[in-house]
Amino acid sequence: MSTFLQEVNDKINGVPIQRCYHCRKCTAGCPIAFAMEYNPNKIIKMIQEGKRDEVLASSTIWLCASCETCVTRCPNDVDIARMMDVLREMVITSNLPVKEKNILKFHEAFLNGIKSGGRINEPLMIANYKMKSGDYFSDMKMGIDMFMKGKLSLFSPKTKDMKAVRKIFEETKAR
Amino acid sequence: MKVSYYPGCSLHATGKEYDESMKAVSGALDITLQEVDDWVCCGASSAHMTNYKLSVALPARSIIAAEKENLDVMVPCAACFNRFKMAQHHLRHDDALKAEVEGIVGDTYQDSVAVRNPIDIIYTDIGLETIEAKVTRKLTGLKPVSYYGCLLLRPPEVCEFENYENPYMMDAILKALGAEPRKWSCGTDCCGGSLSIGKTEIVVHLCNKLMRMAREADANCLVTACPLCMANLDMRATEGLPVFYFTELMALAMGLDGPNKWFKLHNVNPLPLMQSLGLQ
Repeated sequence: MSTFLQEVNDKINGVPIQRCYHCRKCTAGCPIAFAMEYNPNKIIKMIQEGKRDEVLASSTIWLCASCETCVTRCPNDVDIARMMDVLREMVITSNLPVKEKNILKFHEAFLNGIKSGGRINEPLMIANYKMKSGDYFSDMKMGIDMFMKGKLSLFSPKTKDMKAVRKIFEETKAR
Repeated sequence: MKVSYYPGCSLHATGKEYDESMKAVSGALDITLQEVDDWVCCGASSAHMTNYKLSVALPARSIIAAEKENLDVMVPCAACFNRFKMAQHHLRHDDALKAEVEGIVGDTYQDSVAVRNPIDIIYTDIGLETIEAKVTRKLTGLKPVSYYGCLLLRPPEVCEFENYENPYMMDAILKALGAEPRKWSCGTDCCGGSLSIGKTEIVVHLCNKLMRMAREADANCLVTACPLCMANLDMRATEGLPVFYFTELMALAMGLDGPNKWFKLHNVNPLPLMQSLGLQ
């Protein structure tokens, strides 16, 4: 039985996160740290301490915007942005509760859009998100404005070889 | 010069004016754009945040399609650019993943073409002298701050962007147009990216900070090369300054058709500023 730390390291498949010596440069430069439940350095510490449940249940892993500032500045080359991706993927594949549901619903709506047309049709993707999240009314005025300006069309060119697109989704599904 | 062109999904919708101005400017600079055949969405943040393999396979398919033409690929959207560079990076460094992705896509990845962003192509291959020679109306009085954001620059060993902590190419292009770019320290900060829909308040907070810092630097507008940054800055900031794609300003300075039509598509109306500077 591998530890949580080993499990995360295996999935990152790069620099092991115990290389972190907790200088907290990642957190000092993180633009989203102010809104996070645990800051990026704290998440590394918690993984090292084996706190699987707390880490995977946290808002932090969903709020990370992947700006890659932490990775760029880490003196030990710990790939913190990739680590956040790995943690999100662990929540999804283990079917665990998601702290920031709307963020995941947005990602699902986005990927559904690719699955159905090979490319994103922005108004249809947003409509799909609204159905999933129940957040029907936010940004309504903005959407109507853009529609009136002709920026959003319900019909946009799709990928022709949809068989290839479906194959990509089918064969990259988590098993 | 001739390049493959990967517009990506945004440039056909919310980033329409980036696509149109990119094409106008490329035409004027003798850059021929050939759209990547039957391209697929790069997957953006949503793929890599939820499914690593998918996030490599989606761009891999379009890169392999571009390799058939044997031309460098111009990717104007910073998010697509980042995913393309990232996919190339993983395919180069992970043979098992490469073999698997090739199986999924049904074709071989040759690693034979360069993925490039238009700032680099215009600065490096076309050059400032050529741009200056094409300027028919100097953008005097326009005081922009260059906003690069995250995805063109980071991680540096993947994006290979010149001087990633203190990039200068966009400022240099703007100067060549006769504008007076202001120095500020937020050009590589984050706008919140894909959190715009699922966690809007964070993006509002970040964009308001960027606007405040731009004003402190005595700027009267912001300039970007990313449709996601554009959407967030233009629509999420509470009291925003006008935001432009750098290609819109190039077209304006080179006297090309289109700028007034594109400016009408913005949320923060740039026309009062342009009129006050006599640039309309």
